[in-house]
Amino acid sequence: MSEQRKAASLISGGLDSLLATRVIREQGIHVEGINFFTGFCVEGHTHAIRKKERARPKRNNALWVAEQLGIKLHIVDIVEPYKEVVFNPMHGYGANLNPCLDCKIFMVRKAHEWIIQHGFDFIITGEVVGQRPMSQRKDTMPVVSRESGSGDLLLRPLCAKNLPETLPEREGWVKREQLYDFSGRSRKPQMALAERFGLKDYAQPAGGCCFLTDAQYSSKLADLWQARGSKQYEMDDIMLLKVGRHLRPRPHFKLIISREEGEGNFLQGYRKQFVSIRTISHPGPLALIDGEVGDADIELAARLVARYSQGRDAAEVELEMADREGNSCLLRVRPLPPHEIPQTWHL
Amino acid sequence: MPVIRVQDRVAKLALDTVLEVVCTDPGVLIDIPAWCRINGHEVLETRDEGDQQIVILKVGEP
Ligand code: SF4
Repeated sequence: MSEQRKAASLISGGLDSLLATRVIREQGIHVEGINFFTGFCVEGHTHAIRKKERARPKRNNALWVAEQLGIKLHIVDIVEPYKEVVFNPMHGYGANLNPCLDCKIFMVRKAHEWIIQHGFDFIITGEVVGQRPMSQRKDTMPVVSRESGSGDLLLRPLCAKNLPETLPEREGWVKREQLYDFSGRSRKPQMALAERFGLKDYAQPAGGCCFLTDAQYSSKLADLWQARGSKQYEMDDIMLLKVGRHLRPRPHFKLIISREEGEGNFLQGYRKQFVSIRTISHPGPLALIDGEVGDADIELAARLVARYSQGRDAAEVELEMADREGNSCLLRVRPLPPHEIPQTWHL
Repeated sequence: MPVIRVQDRVAKLALDTVLEVVCTDPGVLIDIPAWCRINGHEVLETRDEGDQQIVILKVGEP
C-alpha cells in the first residue's frame, strides 16, 4: 500500500484556499490547514467591537473554511516575527503599506518549517497566476518558492498547469492532469469550481486578506510611525488603529474618539494606558489621548470631544478628564465649531 | 487572539481535562466552538455575561 501523503494548506478564509485544499483532498491527500495570525488580519477579534455588529457577530472565515473542508486548522501566532516584514519589506510595499510579496515569502517559509517539524510532505496555497498585482504574478510566484526555501514543495493547485511541475506532481502523489490552469483577475473559474463542489456562502475578500491593504488604515499606521519617529508598533497599537475616529490636532498628540457605544466600551479598557476624556453633561464619546499633553492641549482635546457629543451645539459641555492613575478632574468647554477642525486633522 | 491562547493551552492538557475560558470578546462564542468542532474537542457550555464571555470545553483526542 502506498504511503499516505500529507499536505499543509495555507488557509486565509477566502475562496481560493478553500478550493485549493478541496482539490488536493479529492486526490486522497491528508490535508491540515495553517492560518497565520499577524495582528492585521481582517479575521481578527475586533469584528465584534461595534455594538451593532455584536448582535450579529461575524464568523471567523478561516475556521469556517476548515470546518467546511473537515480538516484541522492550526492557527500560528506570528505577530512578533512579522514586524520585520512590515518594517523592511525587501520587495517593497504595494499600493498601501501592504508588503504582499515579502508577506507571502514569510508565510510560506513558516509553513515550510512547520511541515518539516510535523512530518508533512508538501505545502499548498490558493494562489492564482495574475490574480494579485504584487505577489501573484508569473514572475513573482517563483520568487516565493525560491526565497521561502520551499522550492518545489510548494504546489498551487488552482494554477499548477501554468507553472513548472512540483515534486508532489513528479512523484505521482498528486495527478497534474487533475489540477487547474486558472490565471488572471477573473473570479469566474473559481466560482464555477465552487459551484461544482456545491460550495455556497464563501467569503470573497475584495482587496486582500489584511488591513494593510486598506488606504485609511495604512495612513493611520504611517502617522503612528511618523509621530514616534521610527517604525514600530505593539499589538495594542494596531488594534486601536481599527477603532474609532483618529484626529491629530498637534504633532505631539492624537485623539482616538469612539463612534458608538461598543467602541466606547472597548476604549474603556485602555484607560490605564492613556489619558482619557468623556462627556458628562451630554451623551457623548469616550476619547483616548495618545501623546504627552499640556493644559492647552487638554483644552483643545476636550473641545474636540465635545464637538462629537450630543452637546455639539451647546454653549458649554462638561467633561471628565482622567489620567493613567485614575485621578480625574472636570472641564467645561465650548465645543469646537466644525470650521475650526481642518480636514488634515482627520487621519 | 483568544482562540490562539485556547489552542496553546489545550495542547498542554491531557485528554478529558475541562477548561473554562473567560474572555472579553463576544466573537469567542462563535470562534471557540468552531475551533473545538474542527479539532475534536467538546464544548460543554457557552455563556454571554455581557462584559465577559465564558466557554467551557473538554479536551478531546489530539
Ligand atoms: S494582503 Fe496582507 S496578509 Fe495578504 S499577502 Fe498582502 S500583506 Fe500579506
